[in-house]
Amino acid sequence: MTSNLLFDFTVDKTANTIFIHREFAAPLALVWDAFTKPDILDQWGAPAPFTAHTIYMNFIVGGRRFYKMVSPEGLEHYSVQDYTVITPMSNLQYISGFSDKDEQVNPAFYGSINNLNFSETNGITTVSITIQYTSLAILEMMVEKGFKEGFTLTMSNLEKLLARL
Amino acid sequence: MKKDIFQAIADPTRRAILTLIALQALTPNAMAVKFDMSRQAVSKHIKVLQECELIKPAPVGREIYYHLNPKKMQELDNWLAQFRKIWESQFNQLDKVLSTLQNQQK
Repeated sequence: MTSNLLFDFTVDKTANTIFIHREFAAPLALVWDAFTKPDILDQWGAPAPFTAHTIYMNFIVGGRRFYKMVSPEGLEHYSVQDYTVITPMSNLQYISGFSDKDEQVNPAFYGSINNLNFSETNGITTVSITIQYTSLAILEMMVEKGFKEGFTLTMSNLEKLLARL
Repeated sequence: MKKDIFQAIADPTRRAILTLIALQALTPNAMAVKFDMSRQAVSKHIKVLQECELIKPAPVGREIYYHLNPKKMQELDNWLAQFRKIWESQFNQLDKVLSTLQNQQK
């Protein structure tokens, strides 16, 4: 089902920026909800076998989503998203970063600028995401925090993936 | 070590050096001129980049030319591919969620 849907992922290493374009076989309103409603976000917002749990979400400009990702072993990683722009069904912008369980943000790992654009053509919704990290070291931390262990991908699968890139 | 790579490229000057020598191998003197920096400052950056094997020295006569180590850059790309995989896996989950929600609406 997903094979014919666009997934484009590019990295500008010199600008610490990643660009993602992804199509979804669903109407815009539903995709918007999936990105902005905590009960839906928690169903997909962490790479398996990690799970996402929103602790609170104040979806207004100046508001925050405080959430955690939990590993199967019960390890918890806390993050925040601070909303800066909300244009319903069109654009969403927030500053994100890691925090501790008491919502204390680590300044070294806070400040990624996320910009998401939503559009629909013939029932297919495209989400275009730009994330500018304060440094690529943040990306490394994301993997170090345990996502790596969460990968079901074997090294040989990774080789195949790389061959396709 | 991968950590070293990320520390190395976290610095804007070092990123600029990498970008420049990707185009052509350069001597430390040439880098100093290009970036309007002292030889000492250039040497410090070169040391960091060389320690994590992002650049390799190639002596030509009395001069040392530094050039990009494509193998190490590939390692960085491999690492980024893992990051790509994280997103891919999340979006595949979202496909399922969207499909379930649409079926519920019917």
